[in-house]
Formats: sequence, C-alpha cells, structure tokens
Amino acid sequence: MTVTIPDTAADMDTAQSGQTEVARLSLAKAINAGLREAMTRHPKAVIMGEDVGQLGGVFRVTDGLLDSFGPERVIDTPLAEAGIVGTAIGLAMRGYLPICEIQFDGFVYPALDQIVSQLAKLHSRSGGRLTLPVVIRVPYGGGIGAVEHHSESPEALFAHTPGLRVVTPSTPQDGYWMIQQAVEATDPILFLEPKARYWDSADVRLGDRDAALPLGKAAVVAPGRDITLVAYGPSVRVGLEAAELARGEGVSVEVIDLRSVSPIDFDAIEESVRRTGRLVVVHEAPVFFGAGAEIAARISQRCFYNLEAPVLRVGGFHMPYPPARREADYLPDVDRVIGALAQALSY
Amino acid sequence: MVDMGGSQPVGTAGAVDLPETALQFLSPDGQVRSAGPYSPYVESLTTDDLRSLYRDMVLTRKFDAEATALQRQGELGLWVPSIGQEAAQVGSAHGLKPQDFAFPGYRDHGVLASRGVDLVQTFAHTRGVDHGGWDPREHNCHLYTLVVGAQTLHATGYAIGIVKDHACATGDPTKDEAVIVYFGDGATSEGDLNEALVFAGVNQAPLVFFCQNNQYAISEPTSRQSRVPLFHRGAGFGIPGVQVDGNDVLACYAVTAAALDAARAGMGPTFIEAFTYRLGAHTTSDDPTRYRDSHDAESWKALDPIARLRLYLTLSDHADQNFFDEVDVEGAALAARAREAVRKLEAPPLDSFFDLAYNEPHPLVAEEHAEWTAFETARLELMGAGR
Ligand SMILES: Cc1ncc(C[n+]2csc(CCOP(=O)(O)OP(=O)(O)O)c2C)c(N)n1
Ligand SMILES: [Mg+2]
Repeated sequence: MTVTIPDTAADMDTAQSGQTEVARLSLAKAINAGLREAMTRHPKAVIMGEDVGQLGGVFRVTDGLLDSFGPERVIDTPLAEAGIVGTAIGLAMRGYLPICEIQFDGFVYPALDQIVSQLAKLHSRSGGRLTLPVVIRVPYGGGIGAVEHHSESPEALFAHTPGLRVVTPSTPQDGYWMIQQAVEATDPILFLEPKARYWDSADVRLGDRDAALPLGKAAVVAPGRDITLVAYGPSVRVGLEAAELARGEGVSVEVIDLRSVSPIDFDAIEESVRRTGRLVVVHEAPVFFGAGAEIAARISQRCFYNLEAPVLRVGGFHMPYPPARREADYLPDVDRVIGALAQALSY
Repeated sequence: MVDMGGSQPVGTAGAVDLPETALQFLSPDGQVRSAGPYSPYVESLTTDDLRSLYRDMVLTRKFDAEATALQRQGELGLWVPSIGQEAAQVGSAHGLKPQDFAFPGYRDHGVLASRGVDLVQTFAHTRGVDHGGWDPREHNCHLYTLVVGAQTLHATGYAIGIVKDHACATGDPTKDEAVIVYFGDGATSEGDLNEALVFAGVNQAPLVFFCQNNQYAISEPTSRQSRVPLFHRGAGFGIPGVQVDGNDVLACYAVTAAALDAARAGMGPTFIEAFTYRLGAHTTSDDPTRYRDSHDAESWKALDPIARLRLYLTLSDHADQNFFDEVDVEGAALAARAREAVRKLEAPPLDSFFDLAYNEPHPLVAEEHAEWTAFETARLELMGAGR
C-alpha cells in the first residue's frame, strides 16, 4: 500500500517493513503525522487553537501543518478557550471536523461551559439530529517541571460528563492511530496527550490503519499472572517499570494500558482480574473521585468472587498540584506503585 | 519640575509605526512635549520622582536579565521576561497610592518593583517552590495570575467592594482608593476580561484596565485578537479608552495617574492601552524566530524606554553620571542578591501542601497525609537499610 510520509518526517529514520512504512517518531511527531493524514483524508477537518499555526503549537504538535494546509484550515484563533470550543460547535454544525487545541490542561476550564453544557449535550438534545464530531486536544499531566496550571490531569471531569468520550494515547503508535480515529468519530472527544511523553520515541507503523485497535479498547501491554495493573497516559510507563522491577522479585504483573477513560474497557480489565485476582490502578489525577474509583467499584462488582485483595489506587493527592520542585513527591512513581503491588499481594 | 519644551512634532524613530493616537509626552530624542490636559501630572513630577521612575525601570531591567540568565543555568524552571515594557509597568504603577491595590499579570516585574515587592520573591513561583511568593496584603499587590485574563474579574470585584465601602469619592483624596489591573493584548479576547468590563462599567468601579499591547500573544500578532485598536474596546462598555506610547514613561505615568484620580473621585473605570513591544521571548521556553522578524525588535530598540528617560534626565539636568552610576551599582547588587537567594530557595515538604489545601481541617486530606507520611517513612527506612 502507498503511504504518505509527513513532510516533517525528513529527519525520520524510516524503513520498509512488509507493506507498511515504519518510522521512529516521538509521540508529538506521531500525533503530527496522524493529524496530517486526517487533514489530507478529510477536507473538512480544521485545526484551531492558540499558536497552532505559525508557531506549530507550543509543543510543535501541529508543526508544518499551516504550510501544508493553509490558514483556512490551520487557524490561529484569538486567545479565548470558550471561543475556540464554542465556534467549533458551530463549525461542526456546518459539516466541518474541528480539531481544537487547548494549550495546556489548566486552560481548558474557561471552555468548560461550552464543553460540558453545550458540546456534550447537543446530540441528545437534538434527538440525535445533530452530531458533533469535535476533537479537543489537550496536553495534560505533570512531570515536566512546569509552573502551575501546566501539569494537571482533568480527565475525570470530562469522563463524568455524559456525552463526551475521553481517550489518551501513551505511545507514538497509539498517538498516530488514535488521533485519526478521533477525527473520524462522530461524538465529541477529549483527546488527552501525556505531555511528559511527547519526546518519547518508538517505531510507528504508518498507514496500515486496519491494524489499529478500536478507539475505546484497552491493550495488554505486558502480560502477567499474579496481579493486574491498570494505567493510562503518562502512568503507563511507570506501570511498566514497576512491572519490570517486580519481575525481578518473582512477581508477574499484567499491565493494561486503558487508552480510553470514557468509555472504559471493563471487559478487558475483568478478563485479566479473573485470572490474577488482584488489581492496582495508577493515574496522576487525584484518586478521590478519579478514574480509579470507578474502576474499583465496577471491578469489585464484576469480579467479587475472584478478588483476593481490595482494588488499590495510586495517584495524586487531594491538594492543588504542587510546585515543580515537589511534584516528584506527588506523582505516582515506581516506589509507590511497587508499594501498592506489595500491599495487594499481602492479602 | 519637568520643563515643558512646548509642542513638538512627533518624532519618528526607526521603522516603528507608533499610532498617531498614542499619547507621547517624552520623545525618543529626550524632549518633553506638551501633555495637554495631562500637563499638570507631567509638570508636578519632581527630580526625585523622575529619578525614582528611572531607578525602578533600571532595577527591573537588571533583575530581569539576571533572572533570564538564572533560568539558563537551571536555577529557575521558567522566566517571563519584561524587557522593553519597563516604562509601561513602572510609569503606570507610579500613579498608584499606598492605599490602592494592583492586580498584575505574570510579566509585570516593574509593577512589583514599584509597589515595593522584593523582586527576589517572584522566584518562588518560577523556581517551582511555591505557587505564590509574597503577601498580597503587605504591598497591596496581588499575586501573579497565570490564567490569562482571570485577574481582571478579581480586580473588578475588589473595586466594587471599594464602592460598597464608600472608600472612594469621599472628598478626601488621601483616603480614596482605586485599583489597577494589568493584562496583555491577547487577554482582551478572553471572556473573563469582557465580563470584567461589563461589571466595572455597570458598577462605575474605581478601576483602571491597563493593557500592555506588546504586539504579541506568544506567536500571534495583535491583529489576530482585534479588528480595532485595543483602546477602543472600552467604549461599548461605557468605559473611556486612552492609548499611550508604552515606551514613554512620562505618558504612562501621567495618563494612569489621571485615570486613577478619576477612579478615586468616583468617576468610574478607564481603559488604557500602552502600545509597546515585547523585546524578549514570550518566556524562556519560547523561540520567537519562528514567528517574527528580528528586525522588528531591532527597530523597537531605538524606542528603548530607559534610554529615553536617561537622555531627558541628562539634557534637563535632573541627573548626572553619578546618579546613573549609583543606580547601576544598586542594580548589580540586586542581581547579586538574586543569584545568592535563588539557590537557597527550597520547596517546603509536601506536608505543607496537604496543610494548605483547606483552611479548616478536612478528614480526607488528613487521611491521605497520614498514608503518605507512613509511606515516606517506610521508604526512607528502606533506603537507609539498603546502604
Ligand atoms: C486561559 C489561558 N489560556 C492560555 C494560556 C497560555 N498562554 C500564556 S501567556 C499567553 C499569551 C498571552 O498574551 P498577552 O495577553 O498578549 O500577554 P503577554 O504574554 O504578551 O504579556 C498564552 C496563550 C494561559 N496562560 N491562560
Ligand atoms: Mg501580548
């Protein structure tokens, strides 16, 4: 099959493997490549946000797209998040496929009314007559030593809102596929990008979209027998590192990358927990009312007779995200994950 | 006393097109021209006042340069340079009285300097040891607000409180209070700012909206935010607007002082646009070569606000080389103190952030805090045992 290699991929280390082009890409570049494909395939797709055009986004995720698709389709908007999402709703009603960028997690809140009360509800309110295929990309999560409002994990707010889908890739491959799937999906989607992983590189199979998992499905990223660890976004790498360490201690950890926080692939988690009998959930967001709480509740119900231990959660604390020089204490690290694994195994 | 040289033709400096609507009282060649209705404000400036304006601008510039260097050395996570905007910040803030309150943005180091906040305290924020840094009540100067535009509503509410307290228009100008809020050209697009204009207008709040139009919101030129000059923004809200040459410290001072006087006297809000230029990057994370021509910055350097005042002080004999040297020495000392102090700034333990989450006890926080303490204790013991 023929594959369009992104312009920005000039520096990519590419190699043919079978019918698919493989390139070594960072997560940021992989999402960029996926956006390029989506923009090429869908003439009605438009990218809109602060600094997404000339600058290519503060993380360069939209780098080069203005040159390729022009200012009609890659739009440097006024500095107004409610405006970005609100006008995206109107554009979607005119048949466009808006791909909004909110510059940082902490700046999505000015758009909250448009997202929660408008975007999420219009499909239902219109009796299904309106579909709102709006994607809202948000770099999220901590670990980059940033000032306040630049490290938050607001996924639970959105997952708690009926009508919104919430997905988050943790690898370049998923970034490349999932952004394309998100653009093509007909429901509004919060597309949360773990900014601490933007620079992590891996081989990405370009093209080959049929190989992609469906958007709402979780993936087992490390098979194991003794205990299940569910993570997503920035926490997947922490989970994998903890699993590796545990393996050294003779404990076999199955790591599941959730990939989607709404819906949650409970079937995948259930299948795993029925085998392992133990579950630890890891995320950066505060655990109180977080995704882990929902997973714990549902899995306790579904797997009550299989569970050997209570479902444990590792995550952020009930405090404003701390300043950069304290974030290492706040973020779930390998030590805290290992501690939870050990605790779950002690029952 | 400032001697008014009479009306002069507008000086053209470099290739910069200063709008004709921008009030300029001190030209780039160091001449003071007629300030029309603002003349009393310019004329009343004493030698000490003028020197104080110069001093605060230079200290801000030196501190800003040092902070940028400290960021490069890894001592700060980020720095937000103020270079080029000293006249707008210092000039306007000198119009404040001690009883007034200032709500800065995040680039307004010159405002802090003028309010008497120790600039070194800003490092708490950018070094990442604290989200605040100073006591807002000590100098009547709020903390920095990073969420663009949000502080405009806080300032408006504070100013409405002044009206409710009958603390303006008392007839005693030494008691009357007013508020100033700082924001950028990009911020004018945010809903918060537009709602602030509504509330301030309706309530005739004693408030000055001070917009530093530094031509960019990160990479986006002001033309992406507005079809009309920004100082026209207030009109639809019933708020008069004035545009000043933001690199002319005398104009920034006089126009703001007049607007604050009007606010204190109960005449309501004013919107001031200071037309200036961000000489540096948006922040130390930014690369302006991706979106603007470096020639622009070069031509704006010809309008440098500090050089302009210095020229005037020299030509008018308000200051001599000795004074400039003294200020430079003071600036160097501030930079040295900043270098020294920054390395000592450490984040308090996570415990204090548990404690700060609420004012009153909160059982969930207490529980999580206890769990964390137990975990940390065990971790430290393990590390000790591992040795
Ligand atoms: C609500 C919100 N959206 C986005 C950002 C990210 N951001 C920080 S500064 C900035 C540009 C601000 O431009 P302007 O108001 O002109 O102020 P300047 O930085 O030029 O002083 C942006 C988009 C933010 N801090 N807050
Ligand atoms: Mg600006």
